[in-house]
Amino acid sequence: MKFKQVTLDNGLEVIAEVNANAFSQSLGYFVKTGSRDETMEIAGVSHFLEHMVFKGTPRRTSVDVNRELDDLGSQSNAYTSEEQTVYYMSVLPDNQHPALDLLTDMMRPSLRDEDFQTEKQVILEEIAMYDDQPPYGAMERAMEEFFGEHPLATRVLGTKDSVSALSAESMRQYHSERYAPNNLCLVAAGAVDFDALVSEVDKRTKHWTPSRVERTLHKPLTEQKQIQMIHPPATQQYTLEFSPGPGTMDPDRYVSRVLATILGDDSGSRLFWELVDKGLADAAVCYTYEFQDCGVFGLYLAGDPEQQQDNWELIQSIVSQSDSHPITERELELAQNKIAAGILLSAERPSNRLFSVGGAWVSRHRYETAAEVSEHYRSVSLEEVQKAFEGLKSRTAVRVSVGPDTAL
Amino acid sequence: MQQQVYQHTLPNGLTILGEPMPWLESVAFTLMFPGGTAREPHDRIGLAGMTLEMTQRGSGRWSSREVVEELDFLGVDRSSSVSSFYTSISMSAMARVLDTTFEVAAAMVREPHFPEDELEEVRQSALLELSSIEDDPAQKCFVELKRSRFAEPFGRSSLGSVSGIEAVSHEDCVAFHHAHAKPQGAVLSIAGRFDWQDFLKLVDRYLGSWSGGPATHLGDVEPRVGSIHVPHDSQQTHIALAYDSVAYQHPEYYRGRGIVGILSDGMSSRLFTEVREKRGLVYAISASSHSLKNCGSVLCYAGTTSSRAQETLDVTMETIRSISQGIESGELSRLKSRTRTALVMEQESSASRSSQLAYDWITLGRTTTRQEVLSEIEQLTSENLIEHFKNHPPKRWTLVTIGPEPLEFQDEV
Repeated sequence: MKFKQVTLDNGLEVIAEVNANAFSQSLGYFVKTGSRDETMEIAGVSHFLEHMVFKGTPRRTSVDVNRELDDLGSQSNAYTSEEQTVYYMSVLPDNQHPALDLLTDMMRPSLRDEDFQTEKQVILEEIAMYDDQPPYGAMERAMEEFFGEHPLATRVLGTKDSVSALSAESMRQYHSERYAPNNLCLVAAGAVDFDALVSEVDKRTKHWTPSRVERTLHKPLTEQKQIQMIHPPATQQYTLEFSPGPGTMDPDRYVSRVLATILGDDSGSRLFWELVDKGLADAAVCYTYEFQDCGVFGLYLAGDPEQQQDNWELIQSIVSQSDSHPITERELELAQNKIAAGILLSAERPSNRLFSVGGAWVSRHRYETAAEVSEHYRSVSLEEVQKAFEGLKSRTAVRVSVGPDTAL
Repeated sequence: MQQQVYQHTLPNGLTILGEPMPWLESVAFTLMFPGGTAREPHDRIGLAGMTLEMTQRGSGRWSSREVVEELDFLGVDRSSSVSSFYTSISMSAMARVLDTTFEVAAAMVREPHFPEDELEEVRQSALLELSSIEDDPAQKCFVELKRSRFAEPFGRSSLGSVSGIEAVSHEDCVAFHHAHAKPQGAVLSIAGRFDWQDFLKLVDRYLGSWSGGPATHLGDVEPRVGSIHVPHDSQQTHIALAYDSVAYQHPEYYRGRGIVGILSDGMSSRLFTEVREKRGLVYAISASSHSLKNCGSVLCYAGTTSSRAQETLDVTMETIRSISQGIESGELSRLKSRTRTALVMEQESSASRSSQLAYDWITLGRTTTRQEVLSEIEQLTSENLIEHFKNHPPKRWTLVTIGPEPLEFQDEV
C-alpha cells in the first residue's frame, strides 16, 4: 500500500492509495461543495447539480454518459452531503484511462435547459419519496432547528419550493464557482497507475481556471428546543435529539464515536440491552455526525407511540448515568474491538478505501492507513471516554419528535 | 480467474463447501438449514423469525449477553435471516478468530438455551419490527407483492403476522428448531483465508455429532395473478409488479437474467432510460430476477407521485414488452462487460462468495464457477435473447400499489 499525492498547477489535487495487488480500482472526484455552501434562494442546487452532471457534456450526450459508464463495466454513482459532492466509479485496472476521461469530462457538464426541466421532476420525486418517510422529515427538521442561522441548516435536497424555483442559470453560476479545479480532489484507490493518472488528468484539465472559493466556518449557536411534528399516516413515533459534538478536525471525535458505540450501537450497547433487547423499542441508538467546524452527538428512538414517553425518559436516564454507572474497561475494550474490526474488514475493498482516503484528505488534508485509523480508536483511554460521558449531563439539545399524534 | 471450490459431505448429511481466497485477511462462512417461513404452522406466521432470534439469546457456554460480547470482542460482522425455505446465519471476521467464531455459530444451532423468560421480549421486538414497515411503503409494497403472488405458505413475510406472533409459545420455538435445524438438507460454506483441512476438523468437532433430517418436500410454487391496492395517505404511489420468468435452475436462466439486465442493470438500462431519464417520472425504478424453487419471476418497483402513477405503470409495462422488438448490440456488450467486471470484483469479498456458494448449493445442488457464469454470459446473443423472450413472454402479472388511488391494470395485451 503506497500513498501518492500531487497538486496540479491549476490547484487540482490528485491522491491515491495504490495497492498493486488489488483486482480493481476506484476513482472519484470529491468536490468540496454541498448544501452548506448554498444560500436559501438556491437551496438544493448542489444535489440537483449532482444529477445534472450525468446529463451530458459538450463531448457527450446524457445517453453517451450513461452508456459509457455501463460500458466500462463500472459500479458508478454519486452522492451529495452537507459538505461534499462525490462522483465515483469502480473499474478493472485496464479501464483506468477511459474511466478517467469520462469522469473528468463529466465535471464540465453542459447543463442544458431541457435536461434541467426534466431532471427537476426527478428531484421533486425524490423529495416526495422522503416526505413519505416520517423519520427522514424529523432528521431534516432537527438539522434546521439545531443549526438555526448556521449554513448547515440548509436541507441537502432543498425543498419543493426552492427546487421548483431554481433556474438553470443560477446552477451554471454555482457550478462555475464551486467546480473550479482548486475546489476538486481526484481520489484513487486500488490497482492504480498513478503516474499515468496524473499525466492524463493534467492534460485534460490544463485549461480549467481556479476561482476564489470560500466556505463560512463557525460554530453554531444551539439553543435548547423541543419540536413536535404530526404526520397522520405514521404508525410509529420517531424521536431525535442533537447536541454538540466534535467535528472532523477535532481529535476528540474518536472518543465521541467510542462513547456512542458503548452507549448506543445497534447491538451490544447500553441502549440496546435496556430498550431493544427487551422489546421496548424498535430502535434506540446513538451516533455522531462530523462537519468541518462542528459536530453532532445524536440520539434516536423509534417505537410504539404509546410507549415513547417512557422509553425517552429511560434513554435520558441511561445517558445521564456517568456517576452511578461509569464506563468500564470491558465496555471500552469491546467497543474498540468492534470498531477496529469493522474498519479492517471494509478496507479489503478499494471501493471502500476510496471514501476513507478521500474523506480524510478533503476534510483534514491527511492520509491515514486503515491500521492507523483503527489504532486511533484503540488508543482512546477510559478517562477520556468517561469524561465525554460526564459531559453529556450538561449538553444543550434540540429534540424533534414525529408521529401520528402528540405522543411526546 | 483461478478458482478452487472444495466440497465434502459429513456422514450426518451436512454439505461443506469451501473457496480459498488467500489474498484476503478475512474469512466468512454461511450456514443454511431448511427452517423457512413456508414450514411454519399456518396459525404461527412469524415463528421462524422468532425462533432464530431465540437461538441467539444464549447457547453452548455463552449466556444471551455473552454471545453478543464474545462476537464483539472477536470483531465479528454477523447477520441472520429467514426466507421462505431456509434459515441462514452468516459471519465474517479476520481469519485468526475463525475457530471461536465458528464455535459460537455452531452452538446457536446445536445448543441454544431458549431462555423462557425472554420470549415476551422477543415477541414485543417482532411486533415492533412488523409495525415499522407501515412507515416504509416501498418495503411494504414488496412484502404485499410476495404475499399476493406466491400465496400461502410460500408468500409469507419473515416479519410474520400480528396473530401469528401473538400465538407463538416457548414450546413452538423449541419444536420448530428441533424439527428443522438438521444437517440433512443443510449447507455450510466458507470463503476467504482458511485452511480446508483445518476447517473440516473444526466442523467435525462442533457439528460432527449433529443428526437428523431430511426436510419434508413442500410442493411446487404456483404464482397467483391479479392486482391489489393498499390505500395509504402518501404523496407517492408505490408500484410493485411481478411477471413470469425462468428460475435459477432453468437451463436458460442466464438468458432470462440477461433480459432483466438489459431492462434494469446500470444507468443506460431501458427502464432507467425510458421511465426516469426521458420522462422524469420517478426517482427509483428497478427490476430483478427472483427464484422461489421452481417459480421464476421478475420483480419490479417504481415510486412516483400519484398523479403520474398511471403513466409510470403503463410506460414500465410497455418498456418490458419492448424487448420483443429487438436488442441493440450495445445493450448486449454493456451487459457482458458489467458481468465480467462484477465477476472479477467478487474476488474482493469473502462474505459475498460464501453466501453465493451456499445459495448455489441449495438452489442447484452444486456450485458454479466464475468461468462457467462468464461462459454462459458470453454465449448470449440478441437472437437467442429475443427467442427466449418470445418463448417465455411476460405473463401471469401480479400488481400491488400503495398510495391514494388504485391504478388501471391491463395484464394481457
